[in-house]
Amino acid sequence: MSNELTGPGGSNLPAEEPIANPGLPEHTWRPTDVDEGAARRAERQISTLYLLSMVCVVLFCVTYFVADIGDNWETVLGLGASTIGLGVFLGLALLFIGAGTIQWARKLMSDVEMVEMRHPARSSDEDRGATLAALSAGAEDSGIGRRPLVRNTLLASVGMLGAPAVILLRDLGPTPSQAAEADYPGAGLEKTVWTAGMRVVRDVVGTPIKASDLEIGDLVNAEPEAIFPTEENGYPEMEGAVLNIAKSKAAVVVVRMDPDSIIPGEGRDNWSVDGIVCYSKICTHVGCPISLYERTTHHLLCPCHQSTFDLSDSGRVVFGPAGRHLPQLPLAVDEEGFLVAQSDFTEPVGPTFWERDTKDIGDQGEADL
Amino acid sequence: MSIDTSRVATSNSSAATAKKPGKAGAVANWADERLGLGTAMKKNLRKVFPDHWSFMLGEIALWSFVILLLTGVFLTLWYHPSMTEVVYEGSYDPLRGVVMSDAMASTLHLSFDVRGGLLLRQMHHWACMIFIASMMVHLLRVYFTGAYRKPRELNWVIGSLLLLLGTLEGFTGYSLPDDLLSGTGIRAADGFMKSMPVVGSYMSFFLFGGEFPGEQIIPRLYTVHVLLIPGILLALIGAHMLLLVYHKHTQWPGPGRTEENVVGFPMLPVYAAKAGGFFFIVFGVTALMGGLLSINPIWKYGPYDPTKVTAGSQPDWYMGWPDGALRIMPGWEFHFLGHSFAFNVFLPIIVLPGLMFTILLLLPFIEAWITGDKREHHLLERPRNAPTRTALMVSLMTFYGLLWAAGGNDIIAIKLNASINQITYFMRAAVFIGPAIAFFVTRRWCISLQRHDEAKLLHGYETGIIMRSPEGGYSERHLPISEAAAYTLTARDRDEVYVPELTDADGVQAPGGRLNGLRAKLSTLWFADNVQKPTREELEAAHHHAEHEHALTAAMDGHSADGHQFDGHHAVEGESLRGGH
Repeated sequence: MSNELTGPGGSNLPAEEPIANPGLPEHTWRPTDVDEGAARRAERQISTLYLLSMVCVVLFCVTYFVADIGDNWETVLGLGASTIGLGVFLGLALLFIGAGTIQWARKLMSDVEMVEMRHPARSSDEDRGATLAALSAGAEDSGIGRRPLVRNTLLASVGMLGAPAVILLRDLGPTPSQAAEADYPGAGLEKTVWTAGMRVVRDVVGTPIKASDLEIGDLVNAEPEAIFPTEENGYPEMEGAVLNIAKSKAAVVVVRMDPDSIIPGEGRDNWSVDGIVCYSKICTHVGCPISLYERTTHHLLCPCHQSTFDLSDSGRVVFGPAGRHLPQLPLAVDEEGFLVAQSDFTEPVGPTFWERDTKDIGDQGEADL
Repeated sequence: MSIDTSRVATSNSSAATAKKPGKAGAVANWADERLGLGTAMKKNLRKVFPDHWSFMLGEIALWSFVILLLTGVFLTLWYHPSMTEVVYEGSYDPLRGVVMSDAMASTLHLSFDVRGGLLLRQMHHWACMIFIASMMVHLLRVYFTGAYRKPRELNWVIGSLLLLLGTLEGFTGYSLPDDLLSGTGIRAADGFMKSMPVVGSYMSFFLFGGEFPGEQIIPRLYTVHVLLIPGILLALIGAHMLLLVYHKHTQWPGPGRTEENVVGFPMLPVYAAKAGGFFFIVFGVTALMGGLLSINPIWKYGPYDPTKVTAGSQPDWYMGWPDGALRIMPGWEFHFLGHSFAFNVFLPIIVLPGLMFTILLLLPFIEAWITGDKREHHLLERPRNAPTRTALMVSLMTFYGLLWAAGGNDIIAIKLNASINQITYFMRAAVFIGPAIAFFVTRRWCISLQRHDEAKLLHGYETGIIMRSPEGGYSERHLPISEAAAYTLTARDRDEVYVPELTDADGVQAPGGRLNGLRAKLSTLWFADNVQKPTREELEAAHHHAEHEHALTAAMDGHSADGHQFDGHHAVEGESLRGGH
């Protein structure tokens, strides 16, 4: 078959081609081609591989019913005996079939190379002509060229059908301004559930924080009391999306530092209580909750993209990709000595969005967003 | 030893004769009378595919996609795409009694209370890793060997789309368990969307069905993950394979292999067996990985809570490079007229991936435009024989790799006990300087490899045998390479720099003169310093020279020490010095 060769080779070698194509090398026979004994051995090998696969499937079934999952999931490497057994036996069953089949192809199937000629990807001029003729005959019959009114109105009407497809997507969700008017607490990008006088409570457990209980260097992950409604505090029940939305915006960190190390922002002199300051926990970069605190420098580092904020200096960005300081929550203490918010945040928390009216710290004024 | 071909088994011949129809024949007749299979399959059953290990890389991607479909169907039987809050009561003790979304609870149920469930989940995740990794390596193989040239440019485009969609499919699937790590990813994705000017917050609100996180995102991602993207992937993979069959596979040049033919083994039975067997190998390896290697242990992260995060939060590795860009970007955010524009997020995460993907799609068209090459190419090129092409991709890979490393800057800082600030500053410069250095080094490296090939052709290979001349000078003996090896080295095109036609037949200046000038300049740069294969005269002159040298040293040649004995290139029969070998 190698004599089907054309192209660079043989007598029609162009002058600039240094070496003629020597043509396909001669086929060499494998042991299994010339020795029936070797072929039989290969046959037995292949069948053995298939048999081993069957054995593995049986072992897979046995494992399924014998090995426990659930309680003993930590048995082996934290994966569970069941998972390991099923995985290993399924894997081996598959691998044996694969190995057997490839062995078959390599040892027993023909290994004589075949030559097939290529054809250019383009169609022949004849075919092109026929297609063009058919196309123009079809166009002619339909009159699409002669009756532009029909053609244009058809195109326009089909194009208009895009509108229903797009407009149906409108109710995927409310617009940001519609969401801001929804009737759940802290609705909209500009607000959170924090209100004046709301207690700052510990994350997870929901207990209020006594200012005097905090030592210098302490950090508390905290949330607004409204997230933990009880009969006592009288906040309305929250669950599902409303609860998650509230948490996603209102989470804060409370830290206590030496009052002298605080550089209060313009108009923020009374936002801290004896060196206790409170900042939004939601990164101003893309919104990860931040909690890696270095007490000696008062730096708070975001674990997602390493933006670093200085909590002694109005949450200013000292490193990383964030473009804005962390919003600060103005703190006070109530008559029982527990930390409360003076108001909601004075600016939207979380990542930047187009409609956000970003102002310098001094221009933010009191919180009545 | 000589082979007695008369003893050759009858099975090893390519011409099989049809047998008389039996029961199978009746079935085939029934089917053919309705489907016309005879005509459709006549040529394709014995279609010839060339053999090379690197042609297997795309196959890994194909088979891992099949495994994803199979394991994915099983997972849907137990997984609930719902964000309804439930209290987990399954057998994983540390989370019992914890409130979480139904999505997370059903994933835990699937992992701990369904036998084989964890295996399927881990196989699905591992198969995804293999799918995307093998697509990337396959893409590099196609690029570095020039297999994306005419007529295969559109298949390159389809392949690139597959990579993009595969990545999105991976991201959506990774988010479905609604665990803390993936939830953090979605939280960041919300921030990415909000960074878009004008439409950003609308995009976010429409996707999440209101404010983040809402309770729509998981069911919506589920639809995208199990219906929309797999459907498109399946259609594109079908088109990818059809074009492969239509164009016929590329092959490496060599004796008997030309632009006009394809040399290899037939689909039936050899590739049916090899590729079919390989499916089981890929499947088997995935099952072993699923059984033995833990991946995405969501029970260790816990359910998503918008107030929590873990240190060292990383996306899956294939999303790492834009994350790296995001990390090293300076915090440039602009505020004007009551609006804010987070350029520090928008540029690295929205613009950059789109730009890189566009460059990827356009690579074959850019190269064809610069070189002015309009011919079909079915013979592959070695990377060294296209130095600028190779250098371009290595440069892009360096850019990708550095950004990827920047995506793990916190891990690097911890492991190497280095300053994260300094790593970040270093990366800011390195992503620009590194690719430039990589381009230059790769290009020169390729050219020196070309020179090495030329030296082998003209002067032969290095035998490792040192000759001492009567004057006491030392030289290494070179011997000619085999004819097949020499042919293979010369079986490549001569580079032709594009020369624009500045004036047409009537002497009028051709349109687009300046663009053509740029094109000619780029084309010159593209091929600059490349080594062309020698002409026949050059080759003959070099061989004459070599023969002359051999004649001079012939007197010193001991019968058994002409250098052929020990280099493994020639038979050594009748060579007494080599003993009984």
